Amino acid sequence: MSIAGFEVEVDRGRGLETEEMTLNMGPQHPSTHGVLRFVVKADGEIMRRAIPDVGYLHRSIEKISEKVGYHGFMPYTDRVDYVAAMFCNQGWGMVTEKLADIEVPKRGEYCRVIAAELNRISSHLLSVGTMILDIGAITPFFHAFREREKINDLLEELCGARLTYNYMRIGGVAWDLPPGYEEKVLAFLSQFDRMLEEYDDLVTSNKLFRARCSGVAAISPADAAAYNLVGPNLRACGVRYDVRRDEPYSVYPELEFDVPVGTGSAGAVGDSFDRYLVRILEIKESIKILRQCFQQIPDGPVVAKVPRKLKPPAGDVQIRVESARGDMSWYAVSDGSEFPYRCKVRTGSFAAMGMIEELSKGLMLADLVTVIASLDIVAPEVDR
Amino acid sequence: MEAAEIHAALRDKFSDKISATDEAAKDPSAVVDGAAIREICAFLRDDERLRFDVLNNQTGVDYKAEGYIEVVYHLYSYEYRHGVVLKARANRDEPVLPSVEEVWKAANWLEREIYDLLGVKFLDHTDLRRLLMPEDWVGYPLRKDFVEPEEYHGISTTRESLLR
Amino acid sequence: MSLVNSFSQGVVTTTADQFLNWTRKSSVWWMLFGLACCAIELMQTQGPRSDVDRFGAAPRASPRQSDLMVVAGTLTLKMALRTKVLYDQMPEPRYVISMGACASCGGLFQLAYSVCDGVDKVIPVDVYVPGCPPRPEALTEGILKLQEKMMTETWLVKRPTVEAHA
Repeated sequence: MSIAGFEVEVDRGRGLETEEMTLNMGPQHPSTHGVLRFVVKADGEIMRRAIPDVGYLHRSIEKISEKVGYHGFMPYTDRVDYVAAMFCNQGWGMVTEKLADIEVPKRGEYCRVIAAELNRISSHLLSVGTMILDIGAITPFFHAFREREKINDLLEELCGARLTYNYMRIGGVAWDLPPGYEEKVLAFLSQFDRMLEEYDDLVTSNKLFRARCSGVAAISPADAAAYNLVGPNLRACGVRYDVRRDEPYSVYPELEFDVPVGTGSAGAVGDSFDRYLVRILEIKESIKILRQCFQQIPDGPVVAKVPRKLKPPAGDVQIRVESARGDMSWYAVSDGSEFPYRCKVRTGSFAAMGMIEELSKGLMLADLVTVIASLDIVAPEVDR
Repeated sequence: MEAAEIHAALRDKFSDKISATDEAAKDPSAVVDGAAIREICAFLRDDERLRFDVLNNQTGVDYKAEGYIEVVYHLYSYEYRHGVVLKARANRDEPVLPSVEEVWKAANWLEREIYDLLGVKFLDHTDLRRLLMPEDWVGYPLRKDFVEPEEYHGISTTRESLLR
Repeated sequence: MSLVNSFSQGVVTTTADQFLNWTRKSSVWWMLFGLACCAIELMQTQGPRSDVDRFGAAPRASPRQSDLMVVAGTLTLKMALRTKVLYDQMPEPRYVISMGACASCGGLFQLAYSVCDGVDKVIPVDVYVPGCPPRPEALTEGILKLQEKMMTETWLVKRPTVEAHA
């Protein structure tokens, strides 16, 4: 096999008898981003398999939805995925609106898209920043977090919180854009373009970084579909599928953007480097979307009139949102009362985590961290 | 393909195993015979006109009053960009359904989660263990009649309010 | 460090206890122990803008090298047992900051069946930082409060004499 560009002959236990080791990684481990645990069966440096053990952050969010009512559940959705909370807000808003036949005003939809795309940039920045940190470079992490802080400031001005936004409401958003917001966001975007170039110089073209990612855990499109891999991870395998474009919702049909896919520029299609690169390209698309939004946003109300005690008619619906970690599927059942009967969310990280056991077979032990980081797994999304 | 056409294709093949279809609902769905769910799913995946290559979501819902647990399958096709919703029902006292893990690998974890939280046993599942709750947890939390235990390994699960 | 007396030419006198506490508080190494939402704010606290390194607080990966555990996030029952193990692995003297509403009392998730309502049910806590999640400034304040607490401790007191058994 090839390690960092060198051909290395690996003895897979044919010549020398080696004993299988069982290693425990986590729940407290600096590179697992939260509380994930792996039981690694290793033969020397080669993993036979890494068995994920999840549930250390299972906060029973789905059960809580049955106790707090439709409006009251909105702050909890922030905690489903705290890195990209806007999409969970939007998902819950959309699934309830579909249940209760509520139409969101146009300006409200644009506010949603602006907030969501800003959040996508900040989520991808965290993802690539910590991925590089895990792979062994600390400086780019600070570059990414410097920009993330600026987005946090923008989002804080919009909704008063840095992380758990609770910005959206059923039927729209809580507040209109503050005065002068457009100028601030556009000013941020114009300096952010330069930062992305800097990032490309520092990381994307870095030989060491490429060597550590290229060819690691390449996924075929068929496997990706079978394991229901979604979002940037799926697109890195070469499948051009984006919920925003293929199952359009909100105002995305009115916006122009590309769907970047992995091309195997550093090795194989669908390897860890492709997953990194797709995220960087998506940030660029989000910038495009944001600029268009500010040109097209109409005047008008931002939230529809929704009764305080919302009682949707009985029935069950499913909606899908393209979150930062991919197709997030919300399923809600109403029994006609003011409390949801059942709510289920299937997230991107859940699908990716289910695949790690298969992916880890035959990898080097040190590559496990690369795989986790490149799949962009966030623990609460797996556990909820 | 539209939902009605997909349902018609299903009826052609499994006329006696589709008990009801609902095309007027917001998400059209078909209630199918639980015992045949794996064959139906394999057909949906492999048929040339349908090609449902993705199991998008799988949910268990406890209908206590009706006395069954319903497992909802949301399927999707990347090739044709269409979807279908299947519902299979299992007796609430001893819920058993065939696993669809053979058809889509994604079902492995989704079914483990349903087993963990609702107690549905999936036949022929390769690794049916609890996924989210600890191994020694008693009860299925998402069932409507679940009662929260007083304590877990000596940690009480209630907290007195300081404001009272 | 309060200066008991200071002379010219940079000579400072103080008590041994104060000197020891000053050295301890100036290098509080906290364990990388992010649990949930607060972990992201913990990362930002360590990040370029808040930069708690300037107060001597640096992250360590291993509990065996850390002085401080920042319990950042919701503690589930499954994790509570492991937290106790981690706390036991830390060398004395050790401190715990409970960061955020969930770690302090269960917060939003008091309704949940799988959440331990407060980390103080499992391990003793020195400083509670409110917020959901607390801002980096709030956590920095928490670390400063902990340093104040460290300065009040005494280590070189005369131990009570053990009566000799005749």
